[in-house]
Amino acid sequence: MRQPLAYLKESPSQTAGPYVHIGLAPGAAGFSIFDQELGWDIAGPNAAGERIRIEGMVLDGTGAPVRDVLIEAWQANAAGIYPHPEDPRHTEVEDGFRGWGRTISDFETGLWGFETVKPGTVPGRNGTVQAPHISLWIVARGINLGLATRLYFSDEGEANAADPVLNLVEQTHRRDTLVAKREERDGQPLYRFDIRLQGDHETVFLDI
Amino acid sequence: MRKHDGEFFQRDRQWHPPAHAAQYKSSVARSPRFAALSIENTRSEITGPVFRPDDVAKIDRDLILNYAQDGEPVGERIIVHGRVLDEEARPVPNTLVEIWQANAGGRYRHRNDTYLAPIDPNFGGCGRTLTDAEGYYYFRTVKPGAYPWRNWENNWRPAHIHFSVFGTGWAQRLITQMYFEGDPLIPRCPIVSTIPDPEAIDMLTARLDMNASVPFDCLAYRFDIVLRGRRSTLFENRLEGN
Repeated sequence: MRQPLAYLKESPSQTAGPYVHIGLAPGAAGFSIFDQELGWDIAGPNAAGERIRIEGMVLDGTGAPVRDVLIEAWQANAAGIYPHPEDPRHTEVEDGFRGWGRTISDFETGLWGFETVKPGTVPGRNGTVQAPHISLWIVARGINLGLATRLYFSDEGEANAADPVLNLVEQTHRRDTLVAKREERDGQPLYRFDIRLQGDHETVFLDI
Repeated sequence: MRKHDGEFFQRDRQWHPPAHAAQYKSSVARSPRFAALSIENTRSEITGPVFRPDDVAKIDRDLILNYAQDGEPVGERIIVHGRVLDEEARPVPNTLVEIWQANAGGRYRHRNDTYLAPIDPNFGGCGRTLTDAEGYYYFRTVKPGAYPWRNWENNWRPAHIHFSVFGTGWAQRLITQMYFEGDPLIPRCPIVSTIPDPEAIDMLTARLDMNASVPFDCLAYRFDIVLRGRRSTLFENRLEGN
């Protein structure tokens, strides 16, 4: 008898298309429909930690900004805890901290950004410690399967040097493509993170 | 007892569309040239956003009423329903399902859509809901029309509804499109054809479901969605390598 392996196949991905905003950011598409859109506040008002802004552009293989991109973010709080039942400390997360958010690029300039708190370190595999990072997921017209990457912070040099995921990037100079650069604007911390889909300085994408 | 809180089954990237699919022109400059770096799941990938019942309103799942101004939208009234399962056919409960679509004439309510077919004043084109304890979801809407797009000169998208699904962990995040059984535009579409396996395309093709239709009111289509399964933790990971 032939033993059955009765698994289903995952539903195949398709592009989010140019009008992704209708479903996931209808206000940007040009109409108001839901009482509250989801994903515009990652940390909430009660979260501890340093308040930061992150900004960047997504650039295509010709260097042109991708102006119809949607980016989602997933992160731990400042104590390194995810608001999810599979994090053993999830009950300690501040009220209103979602850890998740979405943002879109400006239709004219391609600039996107979001406000949050800087995450803490989180446990890696086998007793390692992961440097502070935000997981990002990028969809747009022309992207057939959402692209996963991570954003690390330029002022965490020591933690970054020990990070088990960054250390898997064989070409060491490519690790820089995952590190957002700290700047200041009007006294507030700002991290700049450009994502290059293709070509020179192509961002490292992850098969998670 | 088996625990199903382990890592996710590896994604089959020969089943999904490749990043670069020349016949879908906008993928050419938007596809990475380097291979993605494979990493084993950590807590960052196993956890993911959690949604609550008060994140969505009941009317959000009814596209016939959720943007109605002075009447109901024009078009073929349909229910779209199904289950969100994982690769082991276990239901994925309480997860967010979001949809968006064009109106019956193939026109999107989006500031960047300039197709000459008119906007329907009573149709917005988006909906959202949480799956129930058995992974079940449903929407009510009108069947979207085909529409032309600037790829080859005479390319038309088949009627489709975009779906966005979360699952329980970040690594399950998925956006896809649902097509309608029997649509002759499906095999002609360069976006559909980015998917290499005809069986995978069939998985995105909703079936006419007469049993779920409402006589003298609306037809129904059935569309199940499968997300990545989770390994049961049979053995602890050995303390070597990272």
